[in-house]
Amino acid sequence: MNNRLIDLFKNKNRNLLSVYFTAGYPQLNDTLTIAKALEDAGADFLEIGFPYSDPVADGPTIQQSSHVALENGMSLKVLFQQLEKLRDQVSIPIILMGYVNPVLQYGVEKFCTDAARVGVDGVIVPDLPMYEYEELYRDAFEQNNLSNIFLITPQSSDERIRKIDELSQGFIYALSSSSTTGNKLAVDAEQTEKYFQRLKGLKLINPLMIGFGINNRESFQKACSVANGAIIGSAFVKTLNGSVNDAKIKEFITSIR
Amino acid sequence: MNKTAINYYVDERGYFGDFGGAYIPEMLYPNVEELRQNYLSIINDPAFQQEFKELLKDYVGRETPLFHAKRLSDHYGATIYLKREDLNHTGAHKVNNTIGQILLAEKLGKKRIIAETGAGQHGVATATVCALRGLECVVYMGEIDIKRQAPNVARMKMLGATVVPATSGSKTLKDATNEAMRDWINNPVDTHYIIGSVVGPHPYPDMVARFQSVISAEIKQQLKEKTGSELPDYVMACVGGGSNAMGAFYHFLNDESVELIAAEAAGLGVDSGKSAATTILGQEGVLHGSRSILMQTEDGQVVEPHSISAGLDYPGIGPQHAHLFKTGRGKYVAVTDDEAMQAARLLTRLEGIIPAIESSHALAYLEKMKFKGDEKVVVCLSGRGDKDLQTYMDYFNL
Repeated sequence: MNNRLIDLFKNKNRNLLSVYFTAGYPQLNDTLTIAKALEDAGADFLEIGFPYSDPVADGPTIQQSSHVALENGMSLKVLFQQLEKLRDQVSIPIILMGYVNPVLQYGVEKFCTDAARVGVDGVIVPDLPMYEYEELYRDAFEQNNLSNIFLITPQSSDERIRKIDELSQGFIYALSSSSTTGNKLAVDAEQTEKYFQRLKGLKLINPLMIGFGINNRESFQKACSVANGAIIGSAFVKTLNGSVNDAKIKEFITSIR
Repeated sequence: MNKTAINYYVDERGYFGDFGGAYIPEMLYPNVEELRQNYLSIINDPAFQQEFKELLKDYVGRETPLFHAKRLSDHYGATIYLKREDLNHTGAHKVNNTIGQILLAEKLGKKRIIAETGAGQHGVATATVCALRGLECVVYMGEIDIKRQAPNVARMKMLGATVVPATSGSKTLKDATNEAMRDWINNPVDTHYIIGSVVGPHPYPDMVARFQSVISAEIKQQLKEKTGSELPDYVMACVGGGSNAMGAFYHFLNDESVELIAAEAAGLGVDSGKSAATTILGQEGVLHGSRSILMQTEDGQVVEPHSISAGLDYPGIGPQHAHLFKTGRGKYVAVTDDEAMQAARLLTRLEGIIPAIESSHALAYLEKMKFKGDEKVVVCLSGRGDKDLQTYMDYFNL
């Protein structure tokens, strides 16, 4: 069984662009429209966020998009219904991203089998710790050929990064700084540079994607110079404010690369 | 199930039975892990213990009295003792924990303290110890709570703390906690987060319970002096996150003859849609870093709670409470806004003590108890009612 994400990294390992958006925002049924437009505009893969009422790792932009999405009626159940048609329209790798509690209520195994069935390739659950993942959830993820993506920060120790590297399949999500989403790239350029060089020096098995604080061409290129690519979230969600149209999405992606 | 075989305390994985753990994003891992690795060795160090005990005695005013409330006892036909946490410096039990955590933060070399607060008691207790030790203090508080607890906001500001309104969600304690966690993510090196209740990722629930356990240690000793036995028939306390209850229960957990009763806030009624009765309305899940019981939708979205008391206006309970509930060691009951208000007035008129509305939830359950003979009851009077005067004025047309 192939995993589109792993195949992608086999074929392309430089200047990868991944884009995050919140399912059900700005309108409930925009999810696939946005995914399709991003693929057409040239994104390499996508992170579709399933909203949560208490997103502690997120800054104001994604808090707001999550809030609106929930008000619109988005839930995991609705999202999987929308994604039934995913693979008729979108061929790039898809990752689902969200907090652990909705997954627990949906049922971890059901979540994994439904995700695999509709054609999802990976999952990011920022508040699912490594220990619990290994003990309780790893089997369900692996049986369904889903990559579980872990986060690391400049404060993560070498030892921990290596452990995460062992458990990861797909790529490692390296935060540019310890931050909630949507902050500017860390101002201390020297510290950031040291961190990036440290990551390079670790010679990790998995590809690295850098996220948090990537919001324009300059920060994208900077990230790509030390990693396999970068992830844009809040900056893109901001451009969706109000309404979705393909030209706006195309223009945004073109402004990045 | 043989109850004596159950471990009611934390295990080596950071769990209480099925509950607890550390469900945190990687950004919080280094700080929480630093705490996990060091908290026991720091707390158990004799020098730490000595400084902690000295401050509790000379600064906080411990031990707090165990008061035999005679007129209240006559009213209910039992022997009722009030554990007077309301007489602590700053007016509630919260300071037991903030004294412990500020000393711990110093040992870890932290320069900046953040906290969340509901009623403002934990915020005041945190701002107080930060003033005492000369550390910067930022307190997150729900916008609605800032309005209904104005005197405590003023106290925090007078103490030099920065009070930041939480404007997301229900604008109460849950949202203030979210904001404090975001602050900690964004300040990963020099900041310590003083969580005010037995909630949050491991080791917080265990650490806060240990600092609050002075309450039950004193109760045992005082009861022994007064009655010859250190064991009452009941210990009662209110539960939001559950720190005063856990402090009052802590040293009684293995004394199975002592019935532990925790009063949750039913708000306008358990079925009203305006309630904070977590064990009745909640299911198992993850909130603020630990697996516990929380009020949530079928989709796992956290439900906005309601209580007249800001300190109980929280959709979860600490993981150790979830464990006591699930194993049947604790009895978790629901008390409405109105019942709590009537109990506050009753205590005031019978004993000359104006309780916090939070603590009044525990008092209110005395109405529903069926006492046999001369049973001994300890009620944890977790805080005083000064901060609630405006609510009492509005409710009773004073």
